[in-house]
Amino acid sequence: MDATGKSKWIVGLAAAVLLIAFPLIIERLTSQYYLYLTVKIMIWALFATSFNLVLGYGGMMSFGHAAFYGAGAYCCALLLVKTACPVWAAALAGPAFAAAIGLVIGYFSVKIKGVFYFATLTLAFSQLFYILVFKWRSLTLGDDGIQGIPVPECISTLESYTNYYYFALVVTAICFYILRRIVQSPFGLILNTLRENAERSTFIGVNAQKHRLIAFVISAFFSGIAGVLLVFLETSLSPDVLKWSNSGEVILMGLLGGMHVFLGPTLGAAIMVLLNSFVTSYSEYWGLCLGLTLVLIVLFFPQGVGGLVHERLEARAKRKTA
Amino acid sequence: MELDWSIFFAQFISGLCRAMVLFLMASGLTLVFGVMRVINFAHGSFYMLGAYLAYSLTSLFATTPGSFWIALILAPLAVGLLGGLVEYLLLRRIYGKEHLLQILLTYALIFIFGDLVKMLWGVELRIVNMPPILSGFVALAGQEFPVYYFFIIGVGFAVAVGLWLLLRLTTLGKLVRAAAEHRSMVEMLGYNVNGLFTIVFMIATWLGGLAGVVIAPTVRLSLSMDMDIIIECFLVVIIGGLGNIWGALLAALITGELYSLGILVLEKYAMAFLFGLTAVIMILRPSGLLGRGVN
Amino acid sequence: MPILHIKGLKKAFRGVAAVAGVDLTVEDNQIYSVIGPNGAGKTTLFNLISGYHTCDRGHVYFKGQEITGLPPEKIVGIGIGRSFQVTSIFPGLTVLENIRSTVLVTGKKGFSLFSQASKLGTKDSEETLSLVELLDKRNEPAGVLSAGDRKKLELGIVLATKPKLLLLDEPTCGMSTAETGSTIQMIRKIAQEMSLTVLFTEHKMDMVFNVSSYISVMNFGTIIASGRPEEIRNNQQVQEVYFGGAYAS
Repeated sequence: MDATGKSKWIVGLAAAVLLIAFPLIIERLTSQYYLYLTVKIMIWALFATSFNLVLGYGGMMSFGHAAFYGAGAYCCALLLVKTACPVWAAALAGPAFAAAIGLVIGYFSVKIKGVFYFATLTLAFSQLFYILVFKWRSLTLGDDGIQGIPVPECISTLESYTNYYYFALVVTAICFYILRRIVQSPFGLILNTLRENAERSTFIGVNAQKHRLIAFVISAFFSGIAGVLLVFLETSLSPDVLKWSNSGEVILMGLLGGMHVFLGPTLGAAIMVLLNSFVTSYSEYWGLCLGLTLVLIVLFFPQGVGGLVHERLEARAKRKTA
Repeated sequence: MELDWSIFFAQFISGLCRAMVLFLMASGLTLVFGVMRVINFAHGSFYMLGAYLAYSLTSLFATTPGSFWIALILAPLAVGLLGGLVEYLLLRRIYGKEHLLQILLTYALIFIFGDLVKMLWGVELRIVNMPPILSGFVALAGQEFPVYYFFIIGVGFAVAVGLWLLLRLTTLGKLVRAAAEHRSMVEMLGYNVNGLFTIVFMIATWLGGLAGVVIAPTVRLSLSMDMDIIIECFLVVIIGGLGNIWGALLAALITGELYSLGILVLEKYAMAFLFGLTAVIMILRPSGLLGRGVN
Repeated sequence: MPILHIKGLKKAFRGVAAVAGVDLTVEDNQIYSVIGPNGAGKTTLFNLISGYHTCDRGHVYFKGQEITGLPPEKIVGIGIGRSFQVTSIFPGLTVLENIRSTVLVTGKKGFSLFSQASKLGTKDSEETLSLVELLDKRNEPAGVLSAGDRKKLELGIVLATKPKLLLLDEPTCGMSTAETGSTIQMIRKIAQEMSLTVLFTEHKMDMVFNVSSYISVMNFGTIIASGRPEEIRNNQQVQEVYFGGAYAS
């Protein structure tokens, strides 16, 4: 193992210890709210990382990922509230349903060449899903939302977030492990070639449509898991999870943290969730803040803030070895 | 089931109305794409601004008899000027860059304009009064129709003719058509492409603002009107073929009618018909009805 | 059986015929070139064979099997690899990854989700890289390579698809004379070692006549002459439309 590999292990181990010890520290120092925020960061990090499979690795500009996040959440919540479905089954049905929605939206969106079509279609179809949930009151309760979703006692957040923190941590960690394997697999490498040069990719024998669709469905599946985690955290749900702005936030997370680094979106998620909690406690203009940040990044740091840092680090590493 | 023809007819007329508003919007969207190869995600925001400006102007001139007409002239102009500013200050910096950056920039404007409108006008629903002269009803084939419907249809028709004349007869129109086909050629011939882009973007946002003013007296103005319209516009330009104005007109007519007549079948979910149609078009004719396929 | 057989191939763009009825037969194990002035339809012909465009009319047979209208990824799988006039590689990936991805797709491992790409196909990739003399640059991002090296990398990518027939669209376009010479030697050597058939287009005439065993001349979308280099050199018609023009060499 070389030096960088070793230092990576050390950093990883330190992070793991910190994450495991975190609730113990928080409980002594401050309020439960920060534990809640940390779980929120995990959920968004999972959502943003699965989204990044599509944008950062596959180069597909999905502007509709909120549909999958929301599909997972709604499917799970409705099963828990309206049926006697066991919790574990509802939790699995969520991502499965999200993947199914992903298959439908993805099927049409990957069909046509041209990035603008992809962007507009994903946005339009996700908005259709939002409208359906909004209007189908008899099933979804519309904008009243679903309240009092039953959560098993062992992960209940009524008294403390500690148990749920560990649950979310384990789920997120497993998902990250799987996503990381996928990114490093032949499938992931070929997804990269599609982003880099789809024409060349086709002429080495890649079925671009099929490959993209599979990536899209996988991404929808994991976004659905993030949605399920949200349901258990909040125990209530409104159509707001499906709002187009959520798709935008997840893009911004990738941009902020760096799309070509696996943990980039996680960094972006942490920044955004903290920034959101800060901004919304002072003003009601979170959207303005989002928009301006986006404009600044597009105009001045198109590689992403995280990407920039990463590049610097790599350049330094290179200089050292040279 | 027995079909009541007069209801059918009534829905047809209201569908035509809807189609014309969609055309006003989609023509701007598709014009910008045809010339600049950029999709303006914030096109709906300019529409919303037009509507809210109409609200302010009609309230400001509430005592003046022609307040609505003042708004009809001034609001789209203001929106067009803002559009020019946006093009000059922001869009100009990202032509020729990655598509993602282009889309993200206009996407960011939805957030920004959305909150600016919220800041300036608040979250309450706003109402724009109909000008007295247009607020009556006309009887036609046994049904009563608001005069305003015919006003909207008239505006849409006038804009369609105006655009046709503009594209056919003026130098600007020729440049626009040429740029849509062979962009580099226009540059080579020494025309100021930057200026052309600014003008085209101003025209497009003017159209968006106009659509906003025209729709204002028929709806309650809300902060979600930007996204509501842009989604339908996307479907219209995809069905019609991105970059093609007459495709947008045709698609607007089809979708407007499909929606209005669809209401007779599925009251709440008529929107689903539009998506169904889009899906069918994508399978049968991916480049749109009149599109040649854009990459 | 000829490796490639084309019958009555036609393609028009907006009413203008780019390929207007081409018949062509390429025998196994030779270096075959298609020449002709700009706009003669050479690239379109390549695009039709490789599935980039679908033809309006006509048939393409590869080793006796009809491949007309198949999508590019299928045609690659059958054994026709191609390069582009404007070099087409994966600029953001390393040189090794460029080849490795191709090796993995060719080995039908493209949908493998949980194995580690970096541990697969390394030997095959490195063999291909040494063929195109890029082994020492394996860890560089492909985007920073020189134009000549990019062409070589693209050739490597095409070779990694394990083709029987190589379509090379101006393989030395933009190269210096020295680079051209060495690249041609390389292509010739590889073709011989791997017993490949090469079909290519080129503007550099000395090279065409030097390396080809057979030449077809295209003009206005049709083939006006075919034959061995010396036959083409002496062909009256070819001399008129081709060498009489700006390309005299």
